[in-house]
Amino acid sequence: MSRFLLPAVVFLALSGVLYVGVVHSPNKSTMQSALLGKPVPAFSLPVLGNPGSTLSNTQLAGRPWVMNVWGTWCVACREEHEVLLAIGRQNALPLVGLNWKDEDDAAKEWLQQLGNPYSVVAVDRDGRTAIDFGVYGAPETFFIGADGFVHYRHVGPMTEDVWQREFLARLPKGGLQ
Amino acid sequence: MIPELGHFALILALVLAGAQAFFGIFGAARGDARWQAVVRPAVAGQFVLVSTAIGALVHAFVTFDFSVLYVASNSNSALPLLYRVSALWGAHEGSLLLWAWILVAWTLAVAMLSRNLPASFASRVMGVLGFVSFGFLLFTIATSNPFERLLPAPADGRDLNPVLQDPALAIHPPMLYMGYVGFSVAFAFACAAMLEGKLDQVWAKWTRPWTTMAWAFLSVGIALGSWWAYYELGWGGYWFWDPVENASFMPWLVGTALIHSLAATEKRGVFKSWTLLLAILAFSLSLLGTFLVRSGVLTSVHSFAADPTRGLFILGFLVIVVGGALTLYAWRAPLLKSPAGFEGTAREAFLLYNNIFLVVAAAMVFIGTLAPLIADALKMTPLSVGSPYFDNLFPILMLPLGALVAVGIHAAWKRGQLGNNRGRILLGIAAALVFGLAIVFLGYGPGKPLTPIGVVLGIWIILSSLIDPIDRLRRRLTLPRAIIGMTIAHIGLGVCIIAISTVESYTVERDAAIAPGDTLTMGRYAYRFDSIKEIEGPNYGGVRAEVTVLHDGAPVAVLHPEQRHYWVQRSTLTEAGISSRWNMDFFVALSQNVGGGRWSVRAQLRPLIDWVWLAAGLMALGGVLATTDRRYRARTSAAEAAVAQGSAAEAT
Repeated sequence: MSRFLLPAVVFLALSGVLYVGVVHSPNKSTMQSALLGKPVPAFSLPVLGNPGSTLSNTQLAGRPWVMNVWGTWCVACREEHEVLLAIGRQNALPLVGLNWKDEDDAAKEWLQQLGNPYSVVAVDRDGRTAIDFGVYGAPETFFIGADGFVHYRHVGPMTEDVWQREFLARLPKGGLQ
Repeated sequence: MIPELGHFALILALVLAGAQAFFGIFGAARGDARWQAVVRPAVAGQFVLVSTAIGALVHAFVTFDFSVLYVASNSNSALPLLYRVSALWGAHEGSLLLWAWILVAWTLAVAMLSRNLPASFASRVMGVLGFVSFGFLLFTIATSNPFERLLPAPADGRDLNPVLQDPALAIHPPMLYMGYVGFSVAFAFACAAMLEGKLDQVWAKWTRPWTTMAWAFLSVGIALGSWWAYYELGWGGYWFWDPVENASFMPWLVGTALIHSLAATEKRGVFKSWTLLLAILAFSLSLLGTFLVRSGVLTSVHSFAADPTRGLFILGFLVIVVGGALTLYAWRAPLLKSPAGFEGTAREAFLLYNNIFLVVAAAMVFIGTLAPLIADALKMTPLSVGSPYFDNLFPILMLPLGALVAVGIHAAWKRGQLGNNRGRILLGIAAALVFGLAIVFLGYGPGKPLTPIGVVLGIWIILSSLIDPIDRLRRRLTLPRAIIGMTIAHIGLGVCIIAISTVESYTVERDAAIAPGDTLTMGRYAYRFDSIKEIEGPNYGGVRAEVTVLHDGAPVAVLHPEQRHYWVQRSTLTEAGISSRWNMDFFVALSQNVGGGRWSVRAQLRPLIDWVWLAAGLMALGGVLATTDRRYRARTSAAEAAVAQGSAAEAT
């Protein structure tokens, strides 16, 4: 009898593993980036509304920051904008916008009308930097640690809950400095 | 209106599936003929209804009805007709609908071809299939309704995922599902046998053609997926041990084991409980594959949108169906007796060894695929084993299996009598050694250590497979399709081993940044980058390069790799430029514009790569031929059947 029961027992154990997998999957944000735990890709991009100046990853090194990939053509970005504005007001850490494959004028108009949550917006006209980050579709948000490594990637619109749980929770205890 | 009609048809189909399950299983349990009489009409009605639902969704796609959320999310006014139809299974909801429809189609085939089976047994088989269908229809309606409206309707749709806009991928999912779902028939036969408490050799004879047919479809489905990954993803390989690939490969391995153990059960009445277990496992792994793909617990290139509610639903369904079947197994299997003994070199023994290797290989893939989940559940550090694990372990299991095939083909039932065939076996090895080593060392030069072994083994399997049929022809015996099919499938295995051994060793690959006018040299071949131009398609723009392949300076082929940018989904896609010769592929893929007119490209020479897919085609063809053997045909008279049975028994 026992040897015929074995498959059922193994299957039961497996179901437990799968259950844990399903329950954990929302926290894993469904798609992991190949970049997680790796250094942030090097970039040097023009700053929106400030021709002539550039933003590069080295300027941001040394403290945690967040990069949000957006475009005026992206409907879901409009959806998360209110949340981003609230996050921008908290001023907990620099929120860098990556304006992805967009028109400068459209992007400026968008920020004027809806409010600007970003500390600075880098312009990724041809989408090369987004490719380096492995961006699948806007919006996506990355947490980069003080060590210059990518710690977290969120796919889809930002929510208050995700911000609290996955971004703020990654800051060192007691905030910055 | 039409989408609502489809939705309503789906709900009615759910009711009929419930009736089919209830009356099928309990009608047989009570021995009530009137209850059982409900089953076949329920199957037919369910088929009509699910077909109506499919028709309604296709109609919505073809007529650009963007007020249907699923259509708006997966189609666009610029999308060509072929892809508007194939967009039906381009995402989660429609895939499930297709799954359900294929299940009903298989059930309908069972309903029509099972009239000469004992009534209570056929009723149980259809009852179990009805239960599975009920679960999937409920899943579709409750969590993934493809007919959900989006009001007000958008002016245009978000377009089909560009990686799915490809002819091979248009038919890859239906083929794969035909295989996955086809194993449900073997599963239902196993459950019915356990419910009846009776499993004899006739049972195995009934089950074999269904299993082999499903396996053939699965082989084609997997090969199409692999081929697509080769030329569309621009990775330039044929297999990546991606979780979703593995999800389809595990049922294939177990299904292969099942086909062989069914043969032993039919011919010799052995391995009964083992065969039952494999029949349960093959379908369970198909369900598990669906779970892994649809729940998003694993990350993969396929990265379908994940939804934990859906994951929990499928998991619950998995526990009921698989857990139920395995409990039934624990209760019933101990009652089965396998009377006949056999020697260690008998054909039964070789089939047993075959099963051990295949099941261990499936277990190895299983562990590798689920490692990240298991690590997560045990709170270990995140772990992903990746291809080195598979690349190293898989050949270790497959090469001995190949040798077992080459020898086992000559073994007789019950007593191996390999001694009688010693001459043939030695001749086969000797010929394979001479040919194989000559090809490897004279043709290509030494590659990886396993390569000569693999090539010799592949040739040996092909020669061994041919000896028996040739011998039968010489003795003027009939050659039943079962034997022709088996021979072709085994030749397919040989071809597959040769192709993989060769392509793994002798592929030449270079990644470089080049500008028009530059030449990339690889041995006696050179790729000359001639030009790059803008192109425009129906729903994309992009660039297309022209690359000339030179052999000793003379042009032999022109390749046109493309990089497409799909406007609506804003994604960039690589279309590799490939030219196939009988013995090698020239491959080039554009990777990115690095500025200054230069592009980084991946260029390859891949010997025998097309043989990998040819091999899968041969295996599937063999399976189809074996299934159409006359002794399986329902309408043969009893006398004919007896004759055919006799000749085939002697043969296989």
